Amino acid sequence: MSGQILSKSSGFFDDYIHKPGEDKSSTHYCPGCGHGILHKLIAEALVDNDATEKAVFVSPVGCSVFAYYYFNAGNFQAAHGRAPAVATGIKRSLPDSVVISYQGDGDLAAIGGNEILHAANRGEAISVFFVNNGIYGMTGGQMAPTTLVGTKTTTTPYGRTLRNEGYPIQMAEIIASLKAPVYVERVMMADTKSINAARKAVRKAIKNQVEKKGFSFVEILSTCPTGWKMTPVQSQEWLISTYQEHFPLGVLKDISDQVEPLNLDHNYAELSQVPTLIDLPKENFEVHKENIPDVVDEEIIVAGFGGQGVLTLGVWLSEMGMREDLNVSWIPSYGPEMRGGTANCNVKMSTKRIGAPVIAHPTVLIVMNKPSLDKYGETLVENGIMLYDSSLMGDDLERTDIVKIPVPATKIANELGNTRISNVIFLGVLTGLSDFLDESVVRNTLPMIFKKRHLLDINLKAFERGLEISRAYKK
Amino acid sequence: MAKSRGFVAVNTEECKGCKLCVDACPVDVLSISSLFNVHGYNHAEYEGQGCTGCGVCFYACPEPGALVVFKNWEKVRMNYHVIEKDIVIPLQIKDAKKGIAMSEDGAFEVDLSQFKNLHFTE
Ligand SMILES: Cc1ncc(C[n+]2csc(CCOP(=O)(O)OP(=O)(O)O)c2C)c(N)n1
Ligand code: SF4
Ligand code: SF4
Repeated sequence: MSGQILSKSSGFFDDYIHKPGEDKSSTHYCPGCGHGILHKLIAEALVDNDATEKAVFVSPVGCSVFAYYYFNAGNFQAAHGRAPAVATGIKRSLPDSVVISYQGDGDLAAIGGNEILHAANRGEAISVFFVNNGIYGMTGGQMAPTTLVGTKTTTTPYGRTLRNEGYPIQMAEIIASLKAPVYVERVMMADTKSINAARKAVRKAIKNQVEKKGFSFVEILSTCPTGWKMTPVQSQEWLISTYQEHFPLGVLKDISDQVEPLNLDHNYAELSQVPTLIDLPKENFEVHKENIPDVVDEEIIVAGFGGQGVLTLGVWLSEMGMREDLNVSWIPSYGPEMRGGTANCNVKMSTKRIGAPVIAHPTVLIVMNKPSLDKYGETLVENGIMLYDSSLMGDDLERTDIVKIPVPATKIANELGNTRISNVIFLGVLTGLSDFLDESVVRNTLPMIFKKRHLLDINLKAFERGLEISRAYKK
Repeated sequence: MAKSRGFVAVNTEECKGCKLCVDACPVDVLSISSLFNVHGYNHAEYEGQGCTGCGVCFYACPEPGALVVFKNWEKVRMNYHVIEKDIVIPLQIKDAKKGIAMSEDGAFEVDLSQFKNLHFTE
């Protein structure tokens, strides 16, 4: 045991400043809960490996959701079960950090079963601590995938049965069966001997990461006295007498001494290379920055039915925005109406960084069928622009505070000989009307989209027709 | 009474009375007090003598700051001459850095952070 005085590890905050309320010195865990013991082992191991400064904790959903109150380390709060994916992102962008994915059995083995398998299979160089306490603690004692057959929980009031819920899942064995993980061990926190073994395992999992050895996984059999309706002492006795029989302790895999340290250096494209990589060469044409306002913050919804090129128009708009050096986002919006054959997408174009890609109140609305007009007409901001296909619908939207532009797109497209080009007509109108789309950028981009001569010709014609329509309206 | 090679201090306000330390202590010198802390838990207490400084209770306890175990107590005591003979009970730890010790002369504050810098020979 280290040192001459065993006291609160410096891996913890002196005062739990992030914890709400008066009490900044004790944890939120129930008396006797195993989470606290594991926290102490991890904090100590981080300090002993000189890793507190570079440690990033990924807290799960579950009772340990508040781990960030305690650890004097970086912290990310992941959605339920997603800690290994979040940890992957952190580790890959900060290869020198020590990333800890701390998860319960509801989190890791139920909702997050998929995430952990793939993170392990990719051999992410992280340390995973998997708290197997056989129950959902936080939500009040529901069955976990690890709950033993016969155990009564709030969701298995007659006891877990094989017929209904299947076998308790043995995560450590599953992880150890994969090729990539370097270290997999199952330990327990039930008495002096087992806690000491757990301490060693935690230390090793962190040391492995410091030494860039690869994916380490420690499953820890732990108590939930509250969920189990036992005293803390009884809970530990039950771990020893019953639980461990179903989850055999020991090292399931350890090749950490045989593997070379991983090269975790970035091997990703530089941001400046991206346009070339996705075939967006900028040097082909000039962008007239003076034509684009200093501040752009547009939220565009394009809506219609499948086949009208609604989603594609959104993609083009974002592509053009990128060429103008704007920040852009594009998401197709999947609602139940997808089944009815309608489609829509949200496009943001901004000089600011974009947070959420979802749009509640568009500044520009392009509606290509009546249901879309009904659905989005009212959401448009005041003074927003609405382009609608006047060959398919009338203007029965009772709003006078917006700019309505009728575009007989389908009719013109038919005249030109291809119904599918109506989206380019809308593009033309929007380019003519808006200040954030530079006409020369759009013109120069179209040949890259329509690589076949005959397609380009007809689409350029459609674009011109759109521009013409816009001329009737002032910018 | 055996010589106390170690000493265990309970931070009563961080203890939740779970009894894991009491159960774990190999020499049975910890018990649950009849006194309540601010949270309403009966906290753990040290009998004041017999601790070997093994640290088992420290790792059994789920609360990061509830217990402090001093291993080489004789040495620590010598360095802290203010702590008289064996009457050092109860030593209350306020946080990781500050503690209150009682001697025959009354209560006094102990700077625990300094303990970490002491060098002992085993
Ligand atoms: C997406 C999502 N689904 C469900 C929940 C509800 N939920 C909160 S905690 C939890 C289970 C946690 O159990 P476990 O991972 O075993 O952790 P413990 O509380 O036992 O430490 C569930 C299902 C949620 N918060 N988010
Ligand atoms: S409910 Fe269970 S897992 Fe959650 S804090 Fe309490 S004892 Fe720990
Ligand atoms: S183990 Fe810790 S929290 Fe539990 S009774 Fe002992 S000192 Fe208190």
